[in-house]
Amino acid sequence: MDTALSWVKAYVPDLDVTPSEYTDAMTLTGTKVEGYKELDKNLEKIVVGEILSIEKHPDADKLIICQVDVGNEKIQIVTGAPNVSVGDKVPVVLDGGKVAGGHDGGPLPENGIKIKKGKLRGVESFGMMCSIDELGQDKNYFPDAPESGIYILSKDAKVGSDAIELLGLRDTVFEYEITSNRVDCYGVIGIAREAAATFKKKFVLPKVNETGNSENVADYLSVEVKDNELCKRYVARVVKNIKLAPSPAWMQERLRAVGIRPINNIVDITNYVMAEYGQPMHAFDYDLLEGHKIVVDRAKDGEEFETLDGVVRKLDKDILMINDAKKAVAIAGIMGGENSKITDDVSTMVFECATFDGTNIRLSSKRLGLRTDSSGKFEKGLDPNNAYDAMMRACSLVEELGAGEVVGGCVDVYPVKVVESRVKFEPDRINKLLGTNILKEDMLEIFDRIELKYDKETDEIVAPTFRQDIHFMADLAEEVARFFGYDKIPTTLPKSSATIGGINLKLEIEEIAREVAKFLGFSEAMNYSFESAKVFDKLNLSKDSHYRNAIEISNPLGEDFRMMRTQAVNGILNSLSTNYNRRNKDVHLFELANIYIPKELPLKELPDERMQFVLGFYGKEDFFDMKGVVEEFLTTIGIDSKLHYDPSCKEEFLHPGRKADIILDGVRLGYLGEVHPSVCENYKLGERTYIAVLDLPNIIPFVNFDIKYTGIAKYPATSRDISLVVPKNILVGEIEDVIEQNGGSNLESFKLFDIYEGDQIDEGFKSVAYSLTFRNKERTLLDTEVNEVMDKILNKLEAKNIKIRS
Amino acid sequence: MIDIIEKLQKEALEKINSAENKERLNELKVAYLGKKGELTALLKNMKNIAPEDRAEFGKVVNEAREAIENTLENVGNELSKLALKARLQAETIDVTLPANKREFGHSHPNVIALHEVEKIFTNMGYEVVEGPEIEFDEYNFTKLNIPANHPAKDEQDTFYISKDIVLRTQTSPVQARIMETGKLPIKMLSPGRVYRSDEVDATHSPTFNQIEGLIVDKDITFADLKGTLEVFAKKLFGEDTKVKFRPHHFPFTEPSAEMDVTCFKCHGSGCRFCKGSGWIEILGCGMVHPHVFDMCGVDKNEYNGFAFGIGLERIALLKYEIDDMRLLYENDIRFLKQF
Repeated sequence: MDTALSWVKAYVPDLDVTPSEYTDAMTLTGTKVEGYKELDKNLEKIVVGEILSIEKHPDADKLIICQVDVGNEKIQIVTGAPNVSVGDKVPVVLDGGKVAGGHDGGPLPENGIKIKKGKLRGVESFGMMCSIDELGQDKNYFPDAPESGIYILSKDAKVGSDAIELLGLRDTVFEYEITSNRVDCYGVIGIAREAAATFKKKFVLPKVNETGNSENVADYLSVEVKDNELCKRYVARVVKNIKLAPSPAWMQERLRAVGIRPINNIVDITNYVMAEYGQPMHAFDYDLLEGHKIVVDRAKDGEEFETLDGVVRKLDKDILMINDAKKAVAIAGIMGGENSKITDDVSTMVFECATFDGTNIRLSSKRLGLRTDSSGKFEKGLDPNNAYDAMMRACSLVEELGAGEVVGGCVDVYPVKVVESRVKFEPDRINKLLGTNILKEDMLEIFDRIELKYDKETDEIVAPTFRQDIHFMADLAEEVARFFGYDKIPTTLPKSSATIGGINLKLEIEEIAREVAKFLGFSEAMNYSFESAKVFDKLNLSKDSHYRNAIEISNPLGEDFRMMRTQAVNGILNSLSTNYNRRNKDVHLFELANIYIPKELPLKELPDERMQFVLGFYGKEDFFDMKGVVEEFLTTIGIDSKLHYDPSCKEEFLHPGRKADIILDGVRLGYLGEVHPSVCENYKLGERTYIAVLDLPNIIPFVNFDIKYTGIAKYPATSRDISLVVPKNILVGEIEDVIEQNGGSNLESFKLFDIYEGDQIDEGFKSVAYSLTFRNKERTLLDTEVNEVMDKILNKLEAKNIKIRS
Repeated sequence: MIDIIEKLQKEALEKINSAENKERLNELKVAYLGKKGELTALLKNMKNIAPEDRAEFGKVVNEAREAIENTLENVGNELSKLALKARLQAETIDVTLPANKREFGHSHPNVIALHEVEKIFTNMGYEVVEGPEIEFDEYNFTKLNIPANHPAKDEQDTFYISKDIVLRTQTSPVQARIMETGKLPIKMLSPGRVYRSDEVDATHSPTFNQIEGLIVDKDITFADLKGTLEVFAKKLFGEDTKVKFRPHHFPFTEPSAEMDVTCFKCHGSGCRFCKGSGWIEILGCGMVHPHVFDMCGVDKNEYNGFAFGIGLERIALLKYEIDDMRLLYENDIRFLKQF
């Protein structure tokens, strides 16, 4: 939304502010000014000149020498412009002045271009005549500007006067961010009303004259609205004897300033009123309306219609149409039809000013893929009372501009009138909500400024219908607050009940995960939660893999962002791959990533969101380094019981001989392993890559932060080393299970210290050596006691075909 | 005999004093005082000494022994000192050689920013809670006063799973979930991922993080909202930070505001960073809308509350002067290492 300051001033005549004061003050009362543009930036010493004579340049075919009257003097200007003639009034920049741009219409230089007197091919020139581009304006908005050459001013321009003023460029255009609750501020009048209230100045509505000849519109046109839900009000008038012509300069200037291209008086009036009142209008050629009838009704499914941009569009029964007696003539509120549009031969027209249902227009416009200025306004939900005012204003302008003859009377189909909203006036509650002590009278003064009336009898505040956002005490409080000044409201801290802040166990575990990972050299990554379905193949997943049961986004940004991730592996592999391919060495990353596991598909209830602690690296380390990281983390959160590493882990993206599920008391805490070489290839990872994935929801029940001191051993330990020859297929984990289960209460610890295959060991066997430590807390152990336990362990091992090496 | 002893002593002391190292000293100790040592051998001769001379002989031998022992110790000590000195000299290192660093990992900038914000609010008694990312439309919109077909649903470019289930577009649904539990007062902070279908570019991402704050209690005022968020801004950006509240609109708060802070680069004088305004927009906030209270079962006549929402990436980008949001999700170690 843009407005020119001059247009706002038209309704707030006493407004006298600089652009920056306006910006700050309006922003603080809630009409946020995003920025402004001074139209006369870098335009200095530019006056109206009249060309008195033209002669050829003696030494250049393309140049001419003009004598120009610039008011208090006559100066000589050499120009290459082809379009000037004697008697033309032109903008002339004098010696020492400035223009905003070059004649080629390229980007404007920040500080403009200085103009100095000089010689062109030996002939002196004391200034320059300007084109629209040189004045820093867009040629599109000046329909009368030549394709190239000097912009010729009107004949009645006063020689020597300020040409910039004459062109309406002594103005500032503001750009606003209007919030969706303030539909009224999508028109200049709404903005002006806010400006008046902000600066405590008088607000004056535009002058609207009574219009219409002695005829009756009813003799020209009948209107039938078949769907009052979708069309809340339909106002129509007829204008005859239309005389198309350019609109006056003041109207063109205002339209131009807000980015609307002037076309002709009728089109300009509809655009002007739309900008002013925020109410779109449409004009039909009356002679093309069969039966001189308008019927507002829903389209039929599958019906086709050609809009005035020449595109044939497919309709459905939820799209509202404007029809004549026989055919559709416009898609209501969105775009008119090719078959009834105004052309240069129009003589009589129907002006339409209606209120269509905002939601319907928004949805229709979305389905049609057709968003117009008009639909953009309607979809915000307009005030039906504004439609009538806008129609009267438009007709008043038609007469004022001499654009045609307005037929008397007005068709107005408005079955259900919108009523004003009434809210109980409770100054104490307002103060209590805001934390202020604003006097009741001061509140009423504020309400008065923004046209909220006080009904003394019922003690209610009555909001005009253009303020559709006022329903509760809190809404009134906001009005009070923004004009009292958000900055003047005190700053206090809540005097609320004591609460215990902090984070819960899950978040605490996440924090510990971060700390451990960082201490062990891993940096934190973040990946998107949605992925491509191609990821499943990339990860080597079989067709029936449970990972493929992923939740799909119905309107994704693209195929690469369709599936909600069911594993956190792809993200970490992608990130590692990015690093690998950028030649970063030894990269260690981790991520705390939610995965989304549906209970059923399609989704009926919310899925299980499971936080995964995933780690990955490539570089110098191996499987056992990763295993160490996992155990370091689990120990830190108090999980120090023996974990079971199960190589029958089923993850297809891992190396079949280098993977393990991590199991505790039958619960799978996660898994780790080397990434399968073909998966590495899919991810363009050229080095062995290891990952670990820990499922926090499964881990959290085992977390234990209770610490009990157990006393430092007083009695000496006895240690025994054993050397075993073990069939290759037996995991050391199985040996450890035997040691643990048979070690008795005096077994303090055991440690693998050697593992060996090769010379001196038979094929199919490996040599494994353990050191066992025994200790009793109460006394020194006897050798015989230890021997007894050792015999038991060795017997059990022998039963597994494990031989004791002597 | 005594001559011999004195000669032996003299010879021994000379040798000891000229010993170059501890090993030599040991050799000498053995040579003179050992079981087969020369002095010991002389002592063994005692039986050949006339009884009347034995006392004198013993005394001389013992004196010699003492002298040798003392000298051995003194020279030993001296040699130790020299040896240590030599070792220390030999072990001198070039302390300007590069350090052997333990490579620690690095935090994600989002997480650093999150922790800073969390710390400020948990210290003020806020409890951190979480809500689902895949959320019912009802919680993401309806209960936040955004009814079906409200334009805000389009504005927020929602990702849909089904008609009723969306990827949450904001962390605000956690407000509704917490209020519905009926446990009052509430003082909560809820960080998390949110989703909007914005194409990826330097300033947009379809996934980003928000932090939602909510307080509901008797006697909570707009002034409290201002005070709380001012404390927050000063803690996060420095004590000299100023804040400005501007009226704004959010469907689930009324009155609503946006908060600006003085630009932390130019401190308010205006620079490229704050586009010359001296201010940077940081968060949206407001008093909980009475309609939201109604829908979440809180008595609007008894309770008031305020809520705020902070864009985490915005804070991280601003604080660390990161000029492209895509860097946050690329995970290039050269980027992460800077945090």
